[in-house]
Amino acid sequence: MIYAFLEDVMKLTGAQIIVKTLIEQGTDVVFGYPGGQAINIYDSLYENSDKIKHILTAHEQGASHAADGYARASGKVGVCIATSGPGATNLVTGIATAYLDSTPMIAITGNVPNSLIGRDSFQEVDIFDITLSITKHNYFVKDISLLADIIREAFQIAKSGRPGPVLIDVPKDVQTAVYEWEEQSCVECLTNENKCDLKAAIELVNNAKRPFVYCGGGVVSSNSQDHILRFAEKIDAPIGCSMMGLSAVDYNNERALGMQGMHGRYTSSKAMDSADLIVAVGARFSDRATGNKDKFSVGAKIIHIDVDNAEINKNITVSLGLNGDIGHIINELTEQVDKKSLPEWKSQIEQLRTFEKEHCVLKGDFNPYTIIDTVCDNVSKDTVVATDVGQHQMWVAQRYRFCKPRSFITSGGLGTMGFGMGAAIGASVATGCPAVLFTGDGSFGMNLNELATAVSNDIPLTIVIMNNGVLGMVRQWQTLFFDKHYSNTTLNRKTDFVKLAEAFGAVGFSASTKAELEQALRSAAESSKVTLIDCHIDSDEMVYPMLPPGGAIEDMILAGDK
Amino acid sequence: MIDIKQYIIAILVANQFGVLTRVSGLFSRRGFNIDSLTVGETESPEFSRITVALRGDKASKEQIIKQLSKLHDVKEIKEMKPEETVVRELLLIKVKSDDSSRNKIIDAVSVFRSKIVDYTTDSVCIEITGESSKINAFIDLLKPFGIIEMCRTGVVVLQRGIDCLKN
Repeated sequence: MIYAFLEDVMKLTGAQIIVKTLIEQGTDVVFGYPGGQAINIYDSLYENSDKIKHILTAHEQGASHAADGYARASGKVGVCIATSGPGATNLVTGIATAYLDSTPMIAITGNVPNSLIGRDSFQEVDIFDITLSITKHNYFVKDISLLADIIREAFQIAKSGRPGPVLIDVPKDVQTAVYEWEEQSCVECLTNENKCDLKAAIELVNNAKRPFVYCGGGVVSSNSQDHILRFAEKIDAPIGCSMMGLSAVDYNNERALGMQGMHGRYTSSKAMDSADLIVAVGARFSDRATGNKDKFSVGAKIIHIDVDNAEINKNITVSLGLNGDIGHIINELTEQVDKKSLPEWKSQIEQLRTFEKEHCVLKGDFNPYTIIDTVCDNVSKDTVVATDVGQHQMWVAQRYRFCKPRSFITSGGLGTMGFGMGAAIGASVATGCPAVLFTGDGSFGMNLNELATAVSNDIPLTIVIMNNGVLGMVRQWQTLFFDKHYSNTTLNRKTDFVKLAEAFGAVGFSASTKAELEQALRSAAESSKVTLIDCHIDSDEMVYPMLPPGGAIEDMILAGDK
Repeated sequence: MIDIKQYIIAILVANQFGVLTRVSGLFSRRGFNIDSLTVGETESPEFSRITVALRGDKASKEQIIKQLSKLHDVKEIKEMKPEETVVRELLLIKVKSDDSSRNKIIDAVSVFRSKIVDYTTDSVCIEITGESSKINAFIDLLKPFGIIEMCRTGVVVLQRGIDCLKN
């Protein structure tokens, strides 16, 4: 016993093993909220506070979005912790958000002791079962002997291949039990060793006269943006993106056409429809991206490159699927395809661009595009941009001039209103850079309690509310497809967002002109304080272009059409 | 024209907490129809073997195999082609019997090479194994006597020859 401290193998409690293994796997920040069945883990966080920082959120949902935002902005695994029962269920929306957008995340929940499981004990919920379908994998840890290796395996699963969230549910008795623990090295990603036969792909690319490179979120998460750019340059192709792939290509790059799809930019959607070859990389052809699948880019052959084999032929039947590491496949392709010069295709795209410049504009002096341009011009280049969900999200996706990967943090797949506050906090913590959250008055109302978290942790966060007094996206559908029956979308709330910000210890501004917005942004940049800017916009402002749900490219609605 | 067929998939899974829910849940979540699902021990205590008979077109069969392959607990998965596979199902079936029907039932049992496992004055319980088509024919044959209750296991399959699921 006297010499026990000399041995490499330590005896630790389950709670200590959790925290020590998190540190071992490179976790420096966790987001969470304590509670009865997580109290031992929190005790261990207290002991190790010099090595791992815990950010206390206002609500567990905020913690899950923060871990997600942290992971998206940094590429590292985000970690959140909650207690059993309501703590665990409050994570669910955040886990589902991470699952739909393939974010590497680990959620650790406490649960009641094994002896009380299945008895409807106080704050007992079967979070394992609840999260089965929204996690890449999940664990209920029955035995302390398995705990450390489960955490290591969870990291490996979360970050390997197509990333995703993993939940580990740890009953209280496992947290208090004692077991041997020995430090190991950080787990490596499992690699996909698939050898693809590129012959058919090379032939398709060489024969294409109007190729279109289509980037999904997989390009961002696999850091393949430079490879994609080289490929597009060699075959003289434009690059379009899904919303998740948006930050992969610099907005100012001459090949970048931006987001395509339901609210995509005119040129990007039209070019994709006119292409004779689409090289889709790390994209999953969501219904929001394709509209009517039977009419989607019917004239094009499609090569689909994805790390997840199940995505190939899932939503769209493609000419050729290539399963494996995106960067590797694209590099091989780039080397082996012929160099192209396609002036006709280029000029066709230039014509689309000219049309877009003339027709895709918003009226008024202080419209969403003005707000986005003004923010973009007045924040530092390293700023991470988060959004909530709705019209403001689409305007930002269309308009913001993203210039580096991982700078756009948004809930694409699940469309989670209330995602932005937590995500922006997490993204800023991960990068050490300032964050801007574009939100709407509807979305912001969902998780504005996280203002407290931002203020307490001195997050350099600027919140830009596009306040139109309505739930704009649903209202837009009601305008277009439901005879203007504005059922429950008119908020008309009496909330004073400036006072609200002040009450939380933040700085609040109201802006109805570009000059007021610039003034507020300057003040935010100088003070580095959490700043909220309430921007008033027209409640009838619409997001165009729009492909009606289930519609095709010929159904595209432009601003002048209605 | 979508060609709907029955496919049989054999899956080797890690013997872990919740693995059956994980596999069966995937079918309902992704909207695939299961005809039958059986699960049991294998020669190794680390693994269980699940056999799924499902109905769908070729594309959905391929999609479900890919989705199942992604599950961490799924170690091997293979579509079992009928021509290369031994397929068996077990049925326990209880039918009404009386003096006039008893001999006819016993004849049927003998022709189908099945076995009477319980016998009372007013009922007979029969055990039969075979391919699903044989089981279906047997059930049809017994219907006129009055089926009291029955229980089918669903199919289990093994590949013919020395090849096996586990590499």
